Amino acid sequence: MNRQELRTIADQAKTKQAQYKHKVCVCCGAGCISSGSQAVLEKLQEEIKTRGMENEIEVVPSGCMGPCNQGPLVKIQPDQTIYQRVTCENIAQVVQSQLIEKRPIEELLLFADSRPKPFVNAMEDPFYKKQLKIVLENCGDINPEVIEDYIVCDGYKALDKALFQMSPEEVIAEIKQSRLRGRGGAGFPTGIKWETVHKYVADQKYVICNGDEGDPGAFMDRSVLEGNPHRVLEGMAIAGYAVGASKGYAYIRGEYPLAIKRFELAIKQARKLGILGVNILGSPFSFDVEVRIGAGAFVCGEETALVASIEGKRGTPRPRPPFPAESGLWNKPTLINNVETLASIAPIINRGGQWYGEIGTPKSAGTKVLALAGKIKYSGLIEVPMGMTLREIVFDIGGGVPDGKEFKAAQTGGPSGGCIPKEHLDVKVDYESLVSLGSIMGSGGLIIMDETSNMVDVARFFMEFCMDESCGKCVPCRVGTKMLYDLLCKVCNGQGTRKDLDMLEELAIYVKEASLCGLGMSAPNPLVSTLRYFKSEYEQQITKNAAVQGGTHG
Amino acid sequence: MAKIPVNIDGKSLEVESGKTILEVCKANDIEILTMCHLEGLGDIGACRLCLVEIEGINKLLPACTTKVAPNQVIKTKTEKLKKYQKITTELFFAERNHVCAVCVVNGNCELQDLGYKVGMTRVRFPYLFPKCEVDTSHPWYVMDHNRCILCTRCVRVCGEVEGSYNWGVMKRGVAARIISDFNTPWGESITCTSCSKCVNACPTGAIWPKAVVQGQFKKNPKMITELVEKRKMHL
Repeated sequence: MNRQELRTIADQAKTKQAQYKHKVCVCCGAGCISSGSQAVLEKLQEEIKTRGMENEIEVVPSGCMGPCNQGPLVKIQPDQTIYQRVTCENIAQVVQSQLIEKRPIEELLLFADSRPKPFVNAMEDPFYKKQLKIVLENCGDINPEVIEDYIVCDGYKALDKALFQMSPEEVIAEIKQSRLRGRGGAGFPTGIKWETVHKYVADQKYVICNGDEGDPGAFMDRSVLEGNPHRVLEGMAIAGYAVGASKGYAYIRGEYPLAIKRFELAIKQARKLGILGVNILGSPFSFDVEVRIGAGAFVCGEETALVASIEGKRGTPRPRPPFPAESGLWNKPTLINNVETLASIAPIINRGGQWYGEIGTPKSAGTKVLALAGKIKYSGLIEVPMGMTLREIVFDIGGGVPDGKEFKAAQTGGPSGGCIPKEHLDVKVDYESLVSLGSIMGSGGLIIMDETSNMVDVARFFMEFCMDESCGKCVPCRVGTKMLYDLLCKVCNGQGTRKDLDMLEELAIYVKEASLCGLGMSAPNPLVSTLRYFKSEYEQQITKNAAVQGGTHG
Repeated sequence: MAKIPVNIDGKSLEVESGKTILEVCKANDIEILTMCHLEGLGDIGACRLCLVEIEGINKLLPACTTKVAPNQVIKTKTEKLKKYQKITTELFFAERNHVCAVCVVNGNCELQDLGYKVGMTRVRFPYLFPKCEVDTSHPWYVMDHNRCILCTRCVRVCGEVEGSYNWGVMKRGVAARIISDFNTPWGESITCTSCSKCVNACPTGAIWPKAVVQGQFKKNPKMITELVEKRKMHL
């Protein structure tokens, strides 16, 4: 297929969509499906059919809409009305009242049970109003299983632009100008990474999409892959063009069957339309993508372990340098980008690096997708400009802590991150500010804890996770995390001593500095940060023990 | 090979480019502690004993896999590195059941030597005392997981030098174990050629021949190095 034909498809799809009065999206992200949205979708389709309204109302499954714990969610377009906790029993009412009589159903509106006055246009609700959706712009509005739905929303326009109006160097310059940084957690400047891979001369180069999202409480990449797989695919193809790679791999964790299914479907559809394969859109550029499924190892999110896993070897990391940009998959120059990074590429090419660079803070440009979880009223998926304060995210968007409890800490960056206490609620959420507080941006998991959370136990939980996920290759991580975990258990069980506390601190620094890969290097972070902000809780556990022991001996 | 200037422990040196820091140090009589490294096998940077500090790099890097670069200022014996070497050694001893007195390589053991070298007088960390298997199914050799430190020298010598890929690793973290084939008893391996290379590559008393008693066995890891050298010459 050539460029012209792509435009024809877009026009045809547009005309077809224009004939409908309403588009009804039923969220079929993993969260809503688990609360029964699939049945709601079928029931709704059936209802529309029975009433003979198929030509007026289009009912489609969509990706994640955001407020996951309010699901199943149903969105009515173009009114932007969202109904929450929709059941099959509500369907007739929704169709009759909303779609026929144009009367919104108050008690079913999004946040109807928690806001004094819910909004008919959900986008006016603070939950959405404070967000800025770039990566997630079409997520929840299109059917991720239909490529035409993506093409209508300017899909593959950026690829077309890159292939026919820009040189690879110009694409890289645009990404550099955008100041986009890797969204996997480390925040390495994407443009520089691309330039490095571009620079190496090799007969074969690779692009890898890292979808091995593994942090507990994080589901950003899953939602993007489920909700808009073509966006990621487009990012991969543009990346391939920019660095000179003809082959891409999407490494998606096996625990995300829906993401794998939809991404594989997206690849098939793109191949069929000539958007992937030989001479894409009639250009000289050829690129194809294959999916590789992770087998449940957290460490395979580390780039060198991921490469080993794709090569069919045991998923263990190796020392860097050499970095994958120089010698990665099968020792060829390899570009490895996170799902969210790749999903940010198309808008940057379409609207320019300058536009993107102006969003956010001077050092952290653009937006970040965050997964709100834990003790928060509205848990789910959000996207905010970098530099928004933690307070705004937790209280304005997330609705604060439920059940009248008090906010205690926010854990960012999962098992590699740290806890941010109440006194730092006004911290700007960007790469540098979080690091200065001893945490990290990480991949975007944000777990909120309330006053009932025991911080020593939190540290123990994450240490257990790292210990279980340590690959066992290097000594500091393999044995060190086990020792740290045992010591934390001892403290939690009220048997800790001051000596144990000293040993915890000594080992934590050792594991951090001596480990081979990012897993070990960051495994002590939750411990170190809870020691920094909540040392009194550790001390309490220890004095309790001292009192008990004193009692026994006396 | 072009020569490049580097500075190691305050000494200015002209060294061959393309070499690893470990190779350069060896050539210049600068001692670097190693365990997973064995001359002739591919390096993996796993034991973390050979970590060095390099000026301008905020991470400690393993000397065995890091190549020298022009004007690098490298430190190999700082207080921090010495402390970490000692902790690593202690963790080795605490991880499994290393009882020197009843070990076949007592007196000829790289792990024991390491303990002396770093000045370890006791292990401060609690011993994990894991229950480990002793595989005596092979007609000539024994695999005693109690003494294994997971350096994977056996795995690499078997694959890289013998080419039979009998040894592998299963599970992860402290549960990781060296396995024969797909975790079958060593004696039932269909790939093992009984070449004894792993016996000599193993730095501890984890792999040993059956006909020896405690303290009586001396390994010959140099044999591996020489073998690899000879093969290169042959090619």
